[in-house]
Amino acid sequence: MSNIETPRPRRRFPSDSLVQLSSVRFKEFIREPEALFWTFAFPIILAIGLGIAFRNRPPEVVHIAVVGPSPAASRVAAAARADSGLAVEELSADSARVALRTGRVALVVLPQADAQLQYQFDETRPDARNARLLADNAIQRGNGRADVVTVSESHVRERGSRYIDFVIPGLLGMNIMGSSIWGLGYTIVDARRKKLLKRLVATPMSRAEYLVSYLISRIALLVGEVVVLLGFAALFFGVPVRGPILQLAVIVLASVFAFGGLGLLIASRARTIEGASGLMNVTMMPMWVLSGVFFSSENFPRAFQPLIQALPLTATNDALRASMLRGAGWSVIGPEIAILGAWSVATLLLALKWFRWR
Amino acid sequence: MRNDLAVSVHGLRKRYADVVAVDGLDLEIATGECFGLLGPNGAGKTTTIEICEGLNSADEGDVIVLGRRWATDERELRERLGIQLQETQLAEKLTVAETVRLFRSFYAKGRSIDDVIRLVQLDEKREGRVGKLSGGQKQRLAIACAIVGDPDLLFLDEPTTGLDPQSRRQIWDLVEEFKSTGRTILLTTHYMDEAERLCDRVAIVDHGKVIALGTPRDLIASLGGEQVVEFVLAHAGNGAAELTPESLRGLAGVSAARSRGEDHGTVWELQVAELHRTVPALLAELSRRDLHLAELRTHSATLEDVFVHLTGRQLRDE
Repeated sequence: MSNIETPRPRRRFPSDSLVQLSSVRFKEFIREPEALFWTFAFPIILAIGLGIAFRNRPPEVVHIAVVGPSPAASRVAAAARADSGLAVEELSADSARVALRTGRVALVVLPQADAQLQYQFDETRPDARNARLLADNAIQRGNGRADVVTVSESHVRERGSRYIDFVIPGLLGMNIMGSSIWGLGYTIVDARRKKLLKRLVATPMSRAEYLVSYLISRIALLVGEVVVLLGFAALFFGVPVRGPILQLAVIVLASVFAFGGLGLLIASRARTIEGASGLMNVTMMPMWVLSGVFFSSENFPRAFQPLIQALPLTATNDALRASMLRGAGWSVIGPEIAILGAWSVATLLLALKWFRWR
Repeated sequence: MRNDLAVSVHGLRKRYADVVAVDGLDLEIATGECFGLLGPNGAGKTTTIEICEGLNSADEGDVIVLGRRWATDERELRERLGIQLQETQLAEKLTVAETVRLFRSFYAKGRSIDDVIRLVQLDEKREGRVGKLSGGQKQRLAIACAIVGDPDLLFLDEPTTGLDPQSRRQIWDLVEEFKSTGRTILLTTHYMDEAERLCDRVAIVDHGKVIALGTPRDLIASLGGEQVVEFVLAHAGNGAAELTPESLRGLAGVSAARSRGEDHGTVWELQVAELHRTVPALLAELSRRDLHLAELRTHSATLEDVFVHLTGRQLRDE
């Protein structure tokens, strides 16, 4: 055997160091119980809470009062009771006024001379206007009004249009943003603070591999996050996933890169956890509000919309909703992916330019 | 340039915003040598070693490591150096074996993970979390990470600072083990006993300059006396005012004399070659002047005495 040193083999992909860096990153995360809780349990608890608070109730009964007692009042009350959606009480004039003022009834019907009726209600309240329509309809019919058009009703409760359907993609987007920004930002700043980053660059370690290992471990964890949250939502709330899984995976990946890039950028220079967490909150807070997590971003004025639509969390949430709830095609998802791609490239380039290794 | 030099530094200067850390420093470290940078905190030791490690940049000067320069051969140098930094905290959630395996994966060639863990005597903690290790164990793990790439040159920055005596001896054993394989070590320390025990040569550094260079034995011998006598007077008698370094230098066998103020009074210090001649002469002189001793100590001269001799200051402010 010759003792001539063999030339160093070309680095294969994935190199041993990339595998080690990624697995170390993954292990460090799963050995942190708090991080596991915030990533996996917290979104589910939030989903349960919101699911209960905004569950779809059966149509509500509308309370109205008729001022009596008098034969006219009894007739009016009987006519109104023909509608099962109305709960009718006969009250004295005083009690009726109190009930109306406290909101216990939405409408007071006051029989007057000449068989006329007066409706008393707050016309700015939708339920009061609703009560007026229902009561009037029932009373008019009871007095012999005939419908001129025959109608029939078919009741539809569409999966995909409930509040829980709206909020689950929002929670998923928020979770991807939080775990990517925190996961990268915190860990990197911590490593810099502990001089571990400096120790690592004192080895032949590839710096690119070091940064890529964060994205790899984040993607591995994300498979868990997405499956847990969407699985839970599908099982307990019947939230649909209408688009193809591949499309969902592409959206999720694009958003990991965009938020991972933001996390890297935030962590690129900060030396202390306090400094970095301030930056993270400043970055995430506006998106929690503006990007349609809990309510639609359409609620903000039209002038702000171009800005809001350009935010990475808005792009993520809109793409997730379009894919999951509407099964929208790539033509709808594509522009959102492009926004996320632009964020990824811009933040990664800036982060690499500014990154402080020592 | 001699090519048997592992490290060669000439005219190194580094200035931070308001302080000159390194001020024209020269070093030549031969291959196979264990070389110590000895000096008080803030002398510029860490800045110097970090410039040699390619982790800090010099303002001026020439640094050649293993015949290469950082500007052109960083990649190759990284493969051949082992580095332990002063303040690194390794990831606490990982085990000892995972940490060593991670560092091993960065090097194209190196030692086996098992060998290195055995060498630093962490077999029993192999699967233990780094966060649960003692200070000495953490430091041995840091050295394991430094030697797992089988380096030609090992940098140790204050490897035993803050450790208990037993942990320090374990680290010394490790360093001697590495030394016995014929490779080069550059270490910084502010412990004289560490430098005397481990280093073939030391450079004493103060205010960013080398103020003395040589083997520990030669440096101590340069004091002119291998023994040190220290004494403190009980109270200032009539003759106290006349007691001067000059008057003491006249005593038999005294090569140097000086005094320094400490909390409990003025400490007089004599460098002497032969205790058995100097001590009787000192006692006779004090008695002639009607002075009485509060304390009298002697010890073999150390590098500490060399530092005090050169700077008039103690190496450590304790």
